[in-house]
Amino acid sequence: MRMVKGTAVLGLACLASSAMADDALTVYSYRQAFLVEPILEQFTQNTGIKVNVVFAKDGIAERIEREGRLSPVDVVLTSDFSRLMELVEKDLVSPVNNDVINSNIPEVYRSPKNDWYALTMRVRNVYSSKERTGKINIDYEDLAKPEYKGKICTRSGKHPYNVALVASMIAHHGEAETKTWLTGVKANLARKPQGNDRDQVLAVKEGMCDVAIGNSYYYGNMMMDENQKSWAEAVYINFPNQSNRGAHINVSGMALAKFAPSKDNAIKLMEFLTSNVAQQAYADVNMEYPVKADVKPSKLVASWGEFKADSLPIYKLAENHQAAVKLLDEVKFDL
Amino acid sequence: MILGLSRSWSLTGYLIAAVITLPLIALIVQATFPDEAVFKHLFETVLPTYIANSLLLMLLVGIGALVIAVPAAWFVARCEFPGRRYFQWLLLLPLAMPAYIVAYVYTDLLDYAGPVQRALRGFFQWSSPHDYYFPAIRSLGGAAIMLSLVLFPYIYLLARTAFMEQSSSLLHASRIMGSNPWRSFWRVALPMSRPALAVGVALVAMETAADYATVSYFAVPTLTTAVYDTWLGYGSLTAAAKLSAIMLLVIFTMVGVERFARRKQELFQKQSALSDSDRYQLTGIKSFAAWAYCSALLLFAFLLPFIILTTYAIDYFDQSWDDRFWQYSWNSLYIAVLVSLICSLLALLLMFVRRVSPRQSDSLPSRLSSTGYALPGTVLAIGVLVPLTYLDFAINDIYDWFGMRGPGLLFTGSAFAIVFALTVRFLAIAIGSLESSYKRISPSLDMASITMGQKPKQLLMRVHLPLLRKGLLAGALLVFIESMKELPAALLLRPIGFENLATYVFQFVSDEKLEHGALAAIVIVFVGLIPLIYLNRSLEHTR
Repeated sequence: MRMVKGTAVLGLACLASSAMADDALTVYSYRQAFLVEPILEQFTQNTGIKVNVVFAKDGIAERIEREGRLSPVDVVLTSDFSRLMELVEKDLVSPVNNDVINSNIPEVYRSPKNDWYALTMRVRNVYSSKERTGKINIDYEDLAKPEYKGKICTRSGKHPYNVALVASMIAHHGEAETKTWLTGVKANLARKPQGNDRDQVLAVKEGMCDVAIGNSYYYGNMMMDENQKSWAEAVYINFPNQSNRGAHINVSGMALAKFAPSKDNAIKLMEFLTSNVAQQAYADVNMEYPVKADVKPSKLVASWGEFKADSLPIYKLAENHQAAVKLLDEVKFDL
Repeated sequence: MILGLSRSWSLTGYLIAAVITLPLIALIVQATFPDEAVFKHLFETVLPTYIANSLLLMLLVGIGALVIAVPAAWFVARCEFPGRRYFQWLLLLPLAMPAYIVAYVYTDLLDYAGPVQRALRGFFQWSSPHDYYFPAIRSLGGAAIMLSLVLFPYIYLLARTAFMEQSSSLLHASRIMGSNPWRSFWRVALPMSRPALAVGVALVAMETAADYATVSYFAVPTLTTAVYDTWLGYGSLTAAAKLSAIMLLVIFTMVGVERFARRKQELFQKQSALSDSDRYQLTGIKSFAAWAYCSALLLFAFLLPFIILTTYAIDYFDQSWDDRFWQYSWNSLYIAVLVSLICSLLALLLMFVRRVSPRQSDSLPSRLSSTGYALPGTVLAIGVLVPLTYLDFAINDIYDWFGMRGPGLLFTGSAFAIVFALTVRFLAIAIGSLESSYKRISPSLDMASITMGQKPKQLLMRVHLPLLRKGLLAGALLVFIESMKELPAALLLRPIGFENLATYVFQFVSDEKLEHGALAAIVIVFVGLIPLIYLNRSLEHTR
């Protein structure tokens, strides 16, 4: 019997050794490679810690949930807030109590329990046609008004950026009023929701619609892209709700995985992502607003002017996330 | 059969069938779990639209592909016109085009911002979309046209064979009795090829149901996209499994109806080789019309998208030709080769058991193992993940019991999951191909070899295998193309950090910049072309 067990142990050991990882970190990222890779390379140069990064558009939370205690992931990077909350809700993250990170990131941009941190923020804007609409002082609420009939373009309502916007509307107005608003917006759409935020700007340029909903950094990114510069130049960027509660903002962020195999290195990476170097890279490469107070946005972004942000704490959005998804289905926003 | 086939052969067959049907069973079990009202909510809001869209799309594509394919098949099989010999195989080429690539190219052409509408606006001095009407390409109708364009070769191939194998004497008889060519086509040739057409339409409908990329790109929500969104958007695997179960119900009902409708049909006809003189000699305008029809079909379903893709690939060659491109090509290649080898081996075992076993019930494993083809990639992915995750944890629990660090995610964390899923889905193709090859081997050969004292293994290796070589190769090639193209299962099952050509290309498509992935797309098309041309040649020779 002992021999049997001994042989089995030996056999299993052989199997295991092949799968045993070195000390490298594993990062699952919703954020795109062009942005994340240079920052991680910098980190590896500074610390000698190798980082394996994996990019995906959907399903990272589901994957980590399924992988459970066997998951190789150490740090998760998300491109928006609802993805962070999904990780929290599924109990896939663990709190980090690190003074460096906590001093780098203001309290409003991290979870009270320190189990997630925002890294950048952006405004969900209304773009308007230079030619047909001009610069406008607009509230999100106005998008449901009859004057915009057949003039609005947006991506799928179910996209996390739009879900978060709807969640903020629910937080301010309640479900019933938000449903009426959504029905109004849907009735005003120039075409069925499709494509990404940049496609909406292109549609404005082409005359398909007059206003489009989109994140602020796309405006900067399009300006920097040879092929898309003319798209961005056809529209104005308008920060909504400036005369009242302020514009809806969304954040990208990070979290430490619950079963992270190399926690210490993971925290080193998280520290680095909140440092001036990394924050400046986010600001310059992707035209986002850094969350670290002493890091300035890029010149181009600064040229769009100051704006007033909605003071609703972002974690409050989480409470309305499911309700927002359901409302979008109920009004058949995408159909 | 009088052969003493030992139990272990049939046992192996049943074992294979059990493994292959595991995902289907896991899916059904998962669908019975409670799911916190997500499914109820879906059912009350968007689900009816999803189901209607799915059914409508299957119907439209079925009809569309049929209408496109039958005339082409008839021209090529039964008429003589310039270029017929080339069109014979040229019309198969669209099969190598993944539908979402065609969809992308046409969207680029026909969208509001595309060259066609821009030119129209410039010419007529229109300034906004309110000035004129142009059908929206990103719509259910648009998706139906795209899918019809790439799926019609399934029907074309089967119809062509059916028309070619039809005994000329029946057609002659109908002509002698005073039918004109039209009438004899409608009254004789078409009804006789109904079984082949039905199989073709069923195949096309199944492929339509499985399509994820085209409808997702066109923002047409169907059951397939709903399964994906419910799983990854609502985070409910169980609700996704329930949706999958509905979808399977639709597909199995369809297959059942098709079988039921033909249950009493039996076709008796003498096989006779078609000689060139049996073809209608088309002349003048008719000849031109046949040529123009086939040319237009080839142009829209293959040449135009292919040329545009090639220009993209040339323009963006420098950005696309990098290490990643090679890595992903290699990933696609080795997965596809592995899957086609495994499928061929399993199919050979299953069909051999079915052929020589004295027990009637031993045909069951090969039939069960063919059900996987009905599972769309998204659905299959759920069915594969559930048992494999369970297995992974069981293995690691054993390690824990010995107090050792486990191997981690052996099955779901490696390419095993994709290989398994593709095997389940495409084994039916290999089995089908061998089945028809076996039909051509006379049972008396088996008897002769038994009389000469050959054991089952020797019968398989020395008699069947040499005779089955072509069928085996044809099956393996088809499995290979399908594995290269398959997207949704790969998208959902790929191990962390793993990309193949299909997932790589689709990423660019969903980011609206296929230009950068055009080179990879061309490779998928090219790799698909080689087996198609080979297949066509072997079909020509067997007739």
